[in-house]
Amino acid sequence: MIVPPADRNTDPNFPGQPQLHDDTRFAAGKIAIFQYATVIIFLFLISGFWRLQIQSPEIYAEKAEQNRIKSRPLLAPRGRILDRDGRVIVANHVSSTLLLTRENMKPEDLKPIAEGLDLNLPDLQAKAARGGPKYRAIRLKEELSPADLAFVNSHRDVFPELDIISSQPRLYPQDGMMAHVIGYTGEVTQAELDSTDFAKYKQGDIVGQFGIERQYNDALTGTDGQQRVEVDNRGQVREEFKDGTIPAVAGKDLQLTIDLDLQAVAEIAMDGKNGAVVALDPRNGEILAMVSRPTFDPNKFVGHIKASDWNAINANPDHPLMNRAIQAQFAPGSTFKPVVALAALETGTIDENTPVHCPGYVVLYGHTYHCWEKKGHGTVSLHNGIVHSCDVYFYTVGSRMGIDDLALYAKMVGFGQPTGVDLPGEVSGGVPSPEEVLHTYHRKWYAGETPSVAIGQGDLKVTPIQLARAIGGIAMGGVWHVPHLVKNDAIAAKTTIWPVDPKHVQDVVDGMWGCINEAGTGAQSVIPGLDFCGKTGSAQLASVDVAKAAAANHETGLKDNAWFVGFAPRRNPEIVVVALFEHGVHGNLAGPIVRDVVKAYFDKKTRIQTWLQQKTAVTAGLAKVSTLDLPQPAHN
Amino acid sequence: MSRTLAPRDIDWTLLIIVLLICAVGVLQIYSATLGTESHSSWWKQIFYIAGGLVLMWIVIPSDYHAFLHHVPLMYLGGTVALLGTFVLGEQTFGSRRWIPIGHTGIHLQVSEFVKLVIILLVARFLTDLKKDDLELGEMLKLAGLVLVPAALVLAQPDLGTALTYVAVLAGGIFIAGLHWKYIAIVVLGAALMIPVGLHFAKDYQRARLTSFLDSDQDPQGAGYQVLQSKTAIGSGGMFGKGVTKGTQAQLHFLPVPGKDFIFSAFAEEHGFVGVVVVLALYFVMIMRIVQNAQTAPERAGMYICMGVAALLLSHILINVGMVAGLMPVTGIPLPFMSAGGSSIWTSFLALGLVNNVRLRRFVN
Repeated sequence: MIVPPADRNTDPNFPGQPQLHDDTRFAAGKIAIFQYATVIIFLFLISGFWRLQIQSPEIYAEKAEQNRIKSRPLLAPRGRILDRDGRVIVANHVSSTLLLTRENMKPEDLKPIAEGLDLNLPDLQAKAARGGPKYRAIRLKEELSPADLAFVNSHRDVFPELDIISSQPRLYPQDGMMAHVIGYTGEVTQAELDSTDFAKYKQGDIVGQFGIERQYNDALTGTDGQQRVEVDNRGQVREEFKDGTIPAVAGKDLQLTIDLDLQAVAEIAMDGKNGAVVALDPRNGEILAMVSRPTFDPNKFVGHIKASDWNAINANPDHPLMNRAIQAQFAPGSTFKPVVALAALETGTIDENTPVHCPGYVVLYGHTYHCWEKKGHGTVSLHNGIVHSCDVYFYTVGSRMGIDDLALYAKMVGFGQPTGVDLPGEVSGGVPSPEEVLHTYHRKWYAGETPSVAIGQGDLKVTPIQLARAIGGIAMGGVWHVPHLVKNDAIAAKTTIWPVDPKHVQDVVDGMWGCINEAGTGAQSVIPGLDFCGKTGSAQLASVDVAKAAAANHETGLKDNAWFVGFAPRRNPEIVVVALFEHGVHGNLAGPIVRDVVKAYFDKKTRIQTWLQQKTAVTAGLAKVSTLDLPQPAHN
Repeated sequence: MSRTLAPRDIDWTLLIIVLLICAVGVLQIYSATLGTESHSSWWKQIFYIAGGLVLMWIVIPSDYHAFLHHVPLMYLGGTVALLGTFVLGEQTFGSRRWIPIGHTGIHLQVSEFVKLVIILLVARFLTDLKKDDLELGEMLKLAGLVLVPAALVLAQPDLGTALTYVAVLAGGIFIAGLHWKYIAIVVLGAALMIPVGLHFAKDYQRARLTSFLDSDQDPQGAGYQVLQSKTAIGSGGMFGKGVTKGTQAQLHFLPVPGKDFIFSAFAEEHGFVGVVVVLALYFVMIMRIVQNAQTAPERAGMYICMGVAALLLSHILINVGMVAGLMPVTGIPLPFMSAGGSSIWTSFLALGLVNNVRLRRFVN
């Protein structure tokens, strides 16, 4: 059924029935005003876009670019540390570093971030508050654990200020091997930044803080690059740009003079002992091995050391961070006697046959000095004096020579001053002399002190590296090199030459040979088939402070320190080794340590020579074969 | 009373312009949501537009006088539904605007549909006066009727939508003929209300106002959206960065680039030229609606058309003005462009009303 259109004139159901007042003409003017208003509104809107898009689009284009283009640091790996044969001692491993971008950081986020990532909140706040441009990201945490990564990735929305970049932190040898030589890296401290050494570094940089890492920090440190990336509003990287990227330049590899084979032998020999071993090549000063015990794990310092680890290291009374090879200063004991012997010969105080009678003691300046051998050595000349380490012989010779010459020769072999080894923190030891006593204690030298110095006791203090250098130089006939850890011809060429009579050197060296090979005090260190020379020594702790502290604590610390210095071969020596065994009672306990290292050196040399001979033989054989005009094997 | 719809009954100019705007909207939604989890919204938007056309097609043939007749019922229903959003509504972005429809995943924004009720209410009220001038008492009565749902919407809180109600009211009152003295009183009253309004305003609303007055202040906070929007628009320059190439929208620096800030995303990718073209389309759309008001057979139809024109104009002014930093931030959609079913359907229903009036232009 079709319903006709409703007629509003008759249908009362319709509202707005036609009336006089239902025409729309009255509104025409107002509608026109509405139209004008519409035109004005649209012009107003367009004017806004005109201002933004036509008048100053560059400003906003730049803002848009600033929003999306960020530059992230590309962290340069440090150079590797290699041994003398090119074997890797310290490498890097691939890890992740957490960055904080302060541009879009909200201060209230720091607390949950610290909690989520197990960071110290005050440290974090201090980092976030420190100076420097806001666009430069701050390194918050190194070596992120899987849990850290999960935390950051799951909180991208909440903490857009966090970013993860790849980094290559240090991987050090395990169990503290070579820890004192290598050192460790860490975030540059404010104190370091204030010093001139670290002028080119900025906050957050990882720098070497100890050992080789510190000494050669500039060479090992690479140059961080920069990468331009496109990020979204949460800081997530969408694209990595090729152009505008400055690649990171890795630090230079550093080749040490250390021989890992010898180092390992020395490390094992020092297991469970406190002390140090230094092995030098006396021909050029190259350090072949350097051990200090107790040691520490430098891996714990990578990134940021935990407070508990740091406290444990600091609370250790044996000071594991001390590199005893260059920082322990003790009286050299009888290892000083070869120096005294050479000085006495050179000054003409004695000749090699000058006899001294040893009844087990000697009275000098109204005071009785005892020999370690209470029965006495009978009549002793220079050779036997060294072989049997006769104290009476050296008391006598030393007091005849006088303290001035003793001190002069002690200084000439390098005691009392740093060797110049390329490690930070080397100490100089001390040589007692009338001037020094006057200067330090404001008193005169007592003649009675001289015999003690002549047997390497008293205030004479040397470091293991000084002793190795001194004896090595004597064995070389009076040529001393600067001990060094990094292969460097310029340093190797630097020498201190003292024109000594070769005959005198030979007498002293022969004495040291006899010490081992003629049933002397070092007889147990004999190496069959090798001209191994050496000298034992035992000395109380030279540092009065340490001795007093040890006594106060009723420690066993006042047992003598055991020294041993050895070199081989007898003529033209190739290696000189010093071992310091703290509280090792007597030098014959340090002897086996030196013997093992020296033996390892020559075993290796033999091995290499044998291999070279075999290689030569094989090459020669191949050459013969090729002359038979047979088909050539393919070269690869 | 229903009759078959003939092609000549449709205002094709208006429909084609609106469909062009819709097409631009779909393209922009596609671009702005590329690679995000809401990327499906571009084809959902097509579905909404198709639904809107169907709604329009249903509305056109039914005589608008029938709608006017049922205004009291619709007004009551709309108010109850607005109250219902406080009970059933789901809170999104800190505001209760949407009612979930079963488990369809569709959320209806009641305040959108109430706009139509307001238009019809104003039209009927003013038509029923049968006078050429509006008395203050009558105006206040109408204002009171409109302000009840407006207050409910404001309490959601949704300032922008409430403002569009007031715009429809103001448009109606203006056409009805209010003496300039009354206009002065209203303006004065409104000016006096500003401090009171600020007192009751939410913190974020105050922050938006402050940031509008100085958008460089606190660039990470309230001013962030405006700053990013202006950056997007400005960086678009004359010709824009190209579809899907707008970095501000693609990298999410621009907030809700498919919805409230769609025009900003559009301006970034299509530049000033695109902006002028689309604003011209909107301008022609408004003018065409006004033309339908001029040809309306009687006052009710005229008021309906002018109500729709005032509604859409206020939407455009508030939204486009907001993204360009010309107006404070109020979250309302841009008609026919912003993604969202409620907005699209309301807009098409409003268009249906206009067509309905046009259809009967030769009645008298």
